[in-house]
Amino acid sequence: MDYLSKLENQSIYILREAFNKFENLAMLWSIGKDSTVLLWLARKAFFGHVPFPLVHVDTTYKIPSMIEYRDKLCKEWNLKLVVGKNEEVLKSGVTFPNGKATRVECCGTLKKDALKQVLDKHHFTGVIVGVRRDEEPTRAKERYFSPRDKNMEWNVEDQPPELWDQFKTDYEKGTHIRIHPLLHWTELNVWEYIHRENIPVIPLYFANGKNERYRSLGCYPCTGAIPSTARTVPEIIAELRNTKIPERSGRAQDQESEDAFEKLRRDGYM
Amino acid sequence: MQIAPAEQLKIVIVGHVDHGKSTFVGRLFNDTGSLPEGKLEQLRKAAERRGVPFEWANLMDALQSERDQNITIDTAQIWFRTPKRQYVIIDAPGHKEFLKNMITGAANAEAALLLIDAHEGVQENSRRHGYLLNLLGIRQIAVLVNKMDLENYSEARFGQIEAEYRQWLTSINVVPTVFIPISAREGDNIASASARMPWWKGPTVLTALDDFKVSEVPQDQPLRFPIQDVYRFDERRILAGRVESGSVKPGDRLVFSPTNKVSTVKTIERWNAPAATSAAAGESIGITLTEQIFVERGMIAAQESAPPYELTRFKTRIFWLGKRPFAKNKKYKLKLTTQEVECEIDTIEKVIDASSLATISRKPGEIFVGRHEVAELTLRTRRPVAFDTANEIVATGRFVLVDGLDVSGGGIIAEDNYPRRTHDIHTKSDNIYWSHGKVTITQRELRNSHRGCVLWLTGLSGSGKSTIATELERELFNLGRQAYILDGDNIRHGLCSDLGFSHRDRTENIRRIGEVAKLFADAGFVCITAFISPYRADRDLARTILPRDRFFEVYVNAPVNVCEKRDPKGLYAKARSGEIKDFTGVSAPYEPPADPDVELRTDKLSIPESVAKIMDYLGLQTGESQISI
Repeated sequence: MDYLSKLENQSIYILREAFNKFENLAMLWSIGKDSTVLLWLARKAFFGHVPFPLVHVDTTYKIPSMIEYRDKLCKEWNLKLVVGKNEEVLKSGVTFPNGKATRVECCGTLKKDALKQVLDKHHFTGVIVGVRRDEEPTRAKERYFSPRDKNMEWNVEDQPPELWDQFKTDYEKGTHIRIHPLLHWTELNVWEYIHRENIPVIPLYFANGKNERYRSLGCYPCTGAIPSTARTVPEIIAELRNTKIPERSGRAQDQESEDAFEKLRRDGYM
Repeated sequence: MQIAPAEQLKIVIVGHVDHGKSTFVGRLFNDTGSLPEGKLEQLRKAAERRGVPFEWANLMDALQSERDQNITIDTAQIWFRTPKRQYVIIDAPGHKEFLKNMITGAANAEAALLLIDAHEGVQENSRRHGYLLNLLGIRQIAVLVNKMDLENYSEARFGQIEAEYRQWLTSINVVPTVFIPISAREGDNIASASARMPWWKGPTVLTALDDFKVSEVPQDQPLRFPIQDVYRFDERRILAGRVESGSVKPGDRLVFSPTNKVSTVKTIERWNAPAATSAAAGESIGITLTEQIFVERGMIAAQESAPPYELTRFKTRIFWLGKRPFAKNKKYKLKLTTQEVECEIDTIEKVIDASSLATISRKPGEIFVGRHEVAELTLRTRRPVAFDTANEIVATGRFVLVDGLDVSGGGIIAEDNYPRRTHDIHTKSDNIYWSHGKVTITQRELRNSHRGCVLWLTGLSGSGKSTIATELERELFNLGRQAYILDGDNIRHGLCSDLGFSHRDRTENIRRIGEVAKLFADAGFVCITAFISPYRADRDLARTILPRDRFFEVYVNAPVNVCEKRDPKGLYAKARSGEIKDFTGVSAPYEPPADPDVELRTDKLSIPESVAKIMDYLGLQTGESQISI
């Protein structure tokens, strides 16, 4: 079996375990390439169906074409969408683009807190997230089934053992489990799979007339394009095979301090 | 453009704390040109800012607490490529305290690099990790004797450590692939041969890596297809799972453990995949069957000719990671593929210190396996488990143990003289006859003047099932009929007291009631069942247990708001407050019958009217017969 098929079969197995073990399950969908691949894998796992709602945490600072793309795919693939927004903070205007919060604080309220609000509201006990180990170092330490306490905090110093595809599926009331079916994929694997399966991705990933493309998608004030001439999926694959620039180099919030991202993730960030 | 490597190999780096695992990984990445741009500079700057010397280890030790203490706490993964293949490098902590993280890392690997400090020599966790790698089933192990720079690159010192550690590996039946002298800090024998060790004629680490083999899932072994779930998203009933060994194709006759029911594969199901006539080990697929039999998660499908063992006692070798000891007379959950079963220690043969092989002696009466200890012991399970020994089929020969909410240990099933079912499988399925007494059903029916049957009442809590059932039973009794109620609450006190309210437990609850109702009907009774029985598929299953003309579905139908207003047991209030989970109509679904034999709108009909309607229906049904009720 080739390695992409190995990755795919493992992810399908994890998705099916999650669906069997959690009565209130949801999948986070950031509209990016990873969670769109995850969505595709869900359709593989459930024979064309997506039997749980998708949660999009909308900061309102997303690149507008992302929302268009989201709504289009929801219709075409018959998806149930739940949108989470931190209305209170958005109303107060204490955000980074307004100059009233740091980048990290802004991520904390508009993404992390908004996520907590939507999880609490819908009583989700299992949340599928498309993070990968190769994205950044704290994610490299993740488990496939990763418990979060009632404050959504990640106890990274005391994670459950995880072996032989036996996952932590028993948890205390009020806590939830993050499920990471793409954990073992690399950025390159994701693109190779998009190519193999012909998965539609948002055009922002492809180089525009100015020879720039997004490698990682987030909010427009904190996400930069990279110089690139890759206009097709095979061209992106070729580019990634030769690059030595990290994937999230365009994500400004990661670079604020040495452990900025670790702190965010301990507090419940994706 | 670089040629894409066609394969991927997962390597774990293990060894005693401070023997240089994380440093080695940092160096390996640097020397193979695999570091992301700016990473080295970023790490050097960070070290400068903190006023500490630069450490290669900081590449992997991502957590602040790890950088503070200069140790690896949790396992991490990182990728790099050689022209031959892509590697996933799993760094595992060497500190005994974090053994569960070491095991998490190692259990996912196909090969291991075990580091030993040339200066410190073989230490406690060098030996323990070697032992555990073997227990975890990792057969490809290269031993790297690190920090050769501290020993003046001495060939003699290398030979000494190799001899000592080789002896240890031999004592635990491990044959290492190779021993290599290296210095991670100085970069000797990592990516290129070291000029400082001209005496070394063996491979560099990079060559040794490329010499490892990628493990392929076993396709020539007997089929093991554990059922992960049963889906009914559309008309088809798909049994989903991953083929763990062997292969499966349409037309195959499969036996499902532990019920031993047999059916034939109709189709292999995949979504948006090239059509293929079979599915092999490693593939997550679905199958449909030609004859519908009862199948649920936890069953294992196998070819009839080569089924797994199926027993409640088996010998194991386990490791324990729990904060509380693994103790006798306590109940644990055993998870083996998708099977979950309650288990306890039957007998402990011996508890071992994995770093010395010394048997740990306990005080009399203290029977347990402590944290970080390994043991050879026999487990006893509450229900039969389908398994193979780890030497036969890996995936069905290993398991984890759950203490409370936490995975706390794991193990493999050891060889023993287990009875094979190859010959007795037919004995088991064919030789259990339905025993017929001398009294026939016709004679019973003549004596009773009516037929035995099942009236299956289904509906929401509070819809009136129990009240109607009670009145109906009384009416029938007064008319001289043999009638008996199987009531939901009563059954849950006894027959089904081990079941909860999850989807799976509800299914099992209904299955048992169906079987008991059948016995009552056989005995000539009008058996009235009063259960919510919310899932259509479960009721359909109960229906299949009885002939069509002896099973009547009665839909006791009242809107949920009416039921909630009645709330005779105060359950809706508790469900709304969240005190009760999975409550039908509130937090769990109810699937109404598509075509009930009788429908009672109890929001419109009184109890006597409802009872009369059923009596009418029974009269009509049996009107042509001499035997009526």
